[in-house]
Amino acid sequence: MIEFRDVCLTLNARPVLSDINAELSGPRVGIIGANGSGKTSLLRLINGLASPTSGSVHVLGLQPDRNGRAVRKKVSFLFSNPDAQIVMPTVAEDVAFSLRRHSLSDPERDLRVNQALHQVGLTEHHDHPAHALSSGQKQLLALASIMVTEPQILLCDEPTTLLDRRNTREVINVLNDLPITVVMSTHDLDLIRDWDRVLVVDGGRIIADTTGIEAIATYLKLVDS
Amino acid sequence: MIGIYHPGTSWLHRAPPGLKLVILLLFTTTIVIFRSLPVLAGAALFIFIAYALARIPMGLALKQLRPLRWIVLLLMAFQWWLLGWERAFEIVGTLVLAVAAAALITLTTTTTAMLATLERMLTPARFIGVDTEKVALVLTLTIRVVPVIADIVGSVRDARRARGLERNARAFVTPVVIRTVGYSHDLGDALIARGVGD
Repeated sequence: MIEFRDVCLTLNARPVLSDINAELSGPRVGIIGANGSGKTSLLRLINGLASPTSGSVHVLGLQPDRNGRAVRKKVSFLFSNPDAQIVMPTVAEDVAFSLRRHSLSDPERDLRVNQALHQVGLTEHHDHPAHALSSGQKQLLALASIMVTEPQILLCDEPTTLLDRRNTREVINVLNDLPITVVMSTHDLDLIRDWDRVLVVDGGRIIADTTGIEAIATYLKLVDS
Repeated sequence: MIGIYHPGTSWLHRAPPGLKLVILLLFTTTIVIFRSLPVLAGAALFIFIAYALARIPMGLALKQLRPLRWIVLLLMAFQWWLLGWERAFEIVGTLVLAVAAAALITLTTTTTAMLATLERMLTPARFIGVDTEKVALVLTLTIRVVPVIADIVGSVRDARRARGLERNARAFVTPVVIRTVGYSHDLGDALIARGVGD
């Protein structure tokens, strides 16, 4: 589904990723590692926000650096900062913004928007100003705005970093229920403890590709050393 | 339009945004050209009835005019001194009524509907190569970033106070610019991820 072949990425003459070879499939893939280890860059390569300096990335049979538009129709991205993802002034309008290129009638569009808001528990905030929501609600809105387009893969870059424990739980509950592939980088080790597939990234290389529990042990050993 | 849309089902809420903009244009043109106290009194009654029919709460209606209060006071005093009380009332009244009418449009029209209308109105510009969707998006983002930048300014002001640098302009301008540029960068990434520009 997602394949990295001999991928290297250099930004401003600094090697960010080196010799990345991996095939990512399955419902949940976690990525853990220290700040600056290359987690975000790995995710950015998947939907074409970054292009490999050498090697190639293949997503659902497409190369994101060559077919960015087609890839982004199937692969969505949830960032750490929800404020940077919300474009429209009100909640429902922001979700509807994602559907602007879909040929839908007004009732069809409203139905999809309402379903997406219901999915993340924001129905009662339909007409509220987006900037007045709490951080957790903003992240849920960002998630609704993504899910309304029905992507096949969701990339999450530390989606709970700016959230408190309660909001984190709400966002993770919604993410856990999604019937699509989720690739998530995080510093919150509890979130990926039970996942079957977690990559540990260090110094721009994948140093472990294993279960959540083993990945955490590897990462903690790395941090302690 | 910074999220001040007041949901409702009144005829004003349901009216096409293009029609509302045309009425706004006619209204403001009329009170400017035929400026007199009786005309302004009639216009004020018209606006009052329109707010009532749109079921806009009085508090919310007055809130729209609050940002004008200092301008109104200064303008009133200056025009009174220069041209007399009657002329001063006419000039200030025209300004207040025009703002009240414009605010009524934004209170009863979603940003999406307004921008779709603007995009349609800009359609002829496509023939000279203007990307009307991007123009509409720029207007949307301008509206959207106001509260975000207000948050940035608020938190930088607090941080400056916490460090005892209240009077240091550099301790204010530098972080505001850096955080705003950082936000713009993140926003750009998010827009690309949401398919804008594809």
